[in-house]
Amino acid sequence: MGTAPETRKAANAARTTGNDAGGRIRSLALRWDTAVGVLLVAVLVIGLGSTDGFGSGENLAFAFNDIAEVAIIALPMTLLVVAGQVDLSVASMLGLGSALTGALWNAGWAFETIVPVVLLVGVAGGLLNGWLVTRVGLPSLAVTIGTLALYRGLASVALGSDAVTDFPRTYADWAVDTTTVPGTFVTYPVLLFAVLAVLTAIVLHATGLGRSLFAIGAQEEAAYFAGIRVKRIKLLLFVVTGLFASFTGVLFTLRYGSARADNGLGFEMLVIASVLLGGIDFDGGKGTLFGAVAGVLLIGVLKNLLTLNDIANEVQVIVTGLLLVASVLTPRVIAAVVERRHRRAANAQS
Amino acid sequence: MMLRTAAGRRAVATAATAVSLALALSACSGTTKDSADQGSAKAGTTAKADPDAPLKKGLKLSFLPKQINNPYEKIVDDAGIAAAREFGGTGKEVGPSDAGASSQVSYINTLIQQRQDAILVAANDPNAVCGPLKQAMKKNIKVVAYDSDTAKDCRQLFINQASSEEIGRSLVQHLGEQIGYRGRIAILSATQNATNQNTWIGFMQDELKLPRYKNMKLVKVAYGDDADQKSFQQTQGLMQAYPDLKGIISPTTVGIAAAARYLSDSSYKGKVVLNGLGTPNQMRKYVKDGTVEQFSLWNPEELGLLGSYAAAALASGQINGTEGEKFKAGRLGEYTVGKDGEVILGKPTVFDRGNIDKFNF
Repeated sequence: MGTAPETRKAANAARTTGNDAGGRIRSLALRWDTAVGVLLVAVLVIGLGSTDGFGSGENLAFAFNDIAEVAIIALPMTLLVVAGQVDLSVASMLGLGSALTGALWNAGWAFETIVPVVLLVGVAGGLLNGWLVTRVGLPSLAVTIGTLALYRGLASVALGSDAVTDFPRTYADWAVDTTTVPGTFVTYPVLLFAVLAVLTAIVLHATGLGRSLFAIGAQEEAAYFAGIRVKRIKLLLFVVTGLFASFTGVLFTLRYGSARADNGLGFEMLVIASVLLGGIDFDGGKGTLFGAVAGVLLIGVLKNLLTLNDIANEVQVIVTGLLLVASVLTPRVIAAVVERRHRRAANAQS
Repeated sequence: MMLRTAAGRRAVATAATAVSLALALSACSGTTKDSADQGSAKAGTTAKADPDAPLKKGLKLSFLPKQINNPYEKIVDDAGIAAAREFGGTGKEVGPSDAGASSQVSYINTLIQQRQDAILVAANDPNAVCGPLKQAMKKNIKVVAYDSDTAKDCRQLFINQASSEEIGRSLVQHLGEQIGYRGRIAILSATQNATNQNTWIGFMQDELKLPRYKNMKLVKVAYGDDADQKSFQQTQGLMQAYPDLKGIISPTTVGIAAAARYLSDSSYKGKVVLNGLGTPNQMRKYVKDGTVEQFSLWNPEELGLLGSYAAAALASGQINGTEGEKFKAGRLGEYTVGKDGEVILGKPTVFDRGNIDKFNF
C-alpha cells in the first residue's frame, strides 16, 4: 500500500473525530453514504411524480425483486471490501449453483437435497478462495479472477449448454416477481434480503467482529499485532460470501425458471459497483452497510425508472458508470479539499 | 487430507452428518423431477375470435429483440414499427444490450407497466422470459414471439421466418452441391442456447444422415455468440484445427459476415465454401470478391411487417392464436395460423452474384 491512501485515511479519521458540533454536522452531510441515501429517496420521489406505473405495488415489487440476487451477494461483499478484500468469483459461483441445481434435478434428486448440496459447494468454493488468500498469501483480486474462470468452467461441465426448466412450483412460486408477502408489495427474496441486511448491519456495526473488519481493512498489520485473528476472519468472510453466492444461484434459477451455466454472467461487476457506489472504500477500512444497501437499491430503482421511460440501454449504462465514477471520486476530492484546508490552517499558525 | 485440529475434525463430522441426514430424508420424501407438480395452465384467451373485426386504431406495439445492437433484428423491428403506422398504431423497440438468458425480463415487466397492447419478443431463452410473459397475457397484453420462440404456453403466436426444417435442410443441400458432396464441414453458430439456431442445426444433422452425404462429415459446431470478433476468432480456430475443411455453414448473419471477413483475407479464400444466412448489404462485397458464392435469408423486413400485423390482429380480436385462423398482413396478403400458433413467413431467398444488387437491407 502506498502512502497516499494512508494520509487520506488519517485525514478522514481527523475529520470524523472532530469535536466541534459544526464539524460533525458538516462531516455527516459530506458523507457519501448519506448522499446516496438522499439520492435514492430523490429518485423514488421523481419517479412517483413523473412516471405512470412506477409507484404501483406491482412495479416496485418487480424493481426490487429484479436486483434481489445482486443485493444479497452485496451484503457479504460489503464486509469483504471493508476488510480490504474482494471476491470476483461470486457471479461464477451463482452460475455454478444454478448449473448444479439443474444437473442434480435432471438426475432425479429431490429439491430438498439439492439445496444443501449446492450450499456446501458454495462453502467449499469460499474455502478455496480463502485458503489461497490466507495460507498461500495471494491477493484476493488475483485469486478470485482465477476462481471466477474456474467456477464458471465447472458450471459448464456440470450442465453443458443445456437449460433445465421444469422446477417444482411449490418452490418456484416463492421466488417469482409476482408472489408477495400478503398485503404488501414485498416479494419473498426481498424480504429475505431485508432480514439478512439487518443481520449484516448488526455484525458490521455492533460487534467486535465488525470492528475487527474495519481494523483489518485500515491497517492489516496493526490489526494483527492488536491480537485480531486476521487470517481466520478473512477465511470466514470468503466462506460466507461463497455460501451466499451459491444460495443466490438457487434463487436465480427458481425466479427465472431456467437453470443454466451462464446465469448471472457479469453480475460480479454489478455487485461491486453497488458496494462502491454505496461509499465502501475499495482500499478497505471505511464505509457503512447503510451505504451499500442504498447503493444497490439506487442502481435497481434507477434502472427500472429509466427503462419505464424508454431510455436506451446505452444511456443506462452511462448513467450507472457516471454514478460509479462520482462515488469513487467525490470522497477523494472532499478528502483532498479538507486536507488542503487543514494544511493551510497549520501553515497560518506557524 | 489430514486434519490437524480437533475443531476441523468436528466441523467435517458435522457437515458429513448434515449431508447424510439430508440424503436420508430426501430418500423417503421430497420433491423430485418425477413427483413435482407441473401445473401449466394455458394463460389464455377465452373470448371467441371475430375474423371480421376491424384493426383497432392507436395500438401500442413493442419489439423486444435479443439485443438492441443486433443489426438484423434492427431491420425486422424497424419494418414492424413502420407497419404499425400503416394501420394507425405506434411501435417502438426496447431491449438489453447483451443476449443473456435473463436480461429481457426486466424489459417485459416494464412493458406491462406501460400497458402496451402487444409485446413482440425474440427470446434469448425460451423459459426465462416465460413468467413475465404469462403475467402480460393475464393483463390482456398480446404476446407474439418472432425469430426465436419462447415456450409454447408463453405466447399466443410464433412468427417463424421460414419453416425451420426448410432452412436447416436447404443449407446442407446447397453446401453439398457446392462441394460435390465430399469433405469435412463445420458449423459456426451464434450462442449455445439460441432456440432457432439449435433447431436448424438439428435439421442439418438430420439431413446429413441421408446416404448422399456419406462422404461429407460434420466435424465441429463452433459458437461465436453473435459477436463479430468472437465469430472471427472461431473461424480462425476452425481453419487451424481442420486445415482440410471444405465448407462452413454459418446460420447467423453476424457469424457469416465475420467468417467471410476472415476467409477473404486468408489463403483459404476460394478454397473453403462458406454458406449460411446473411444480409445482402453485409455480404455484397464478399459475393463480389469471390469469397462467397451464395447465401440465403428470408426478407427480414417482411418478417417485421408480418409480426406487426399478427400482433394487431390479436389485439383487435380477429384471431386468438388457434390453428386454422386467418388474418391479412398488409401487402403480404393472407396468412393462416398453423399448429401451436405458428405462422410461417415463407421460403428463404437465395442470394448470389446475379440478384444481390436488387436487395438493400
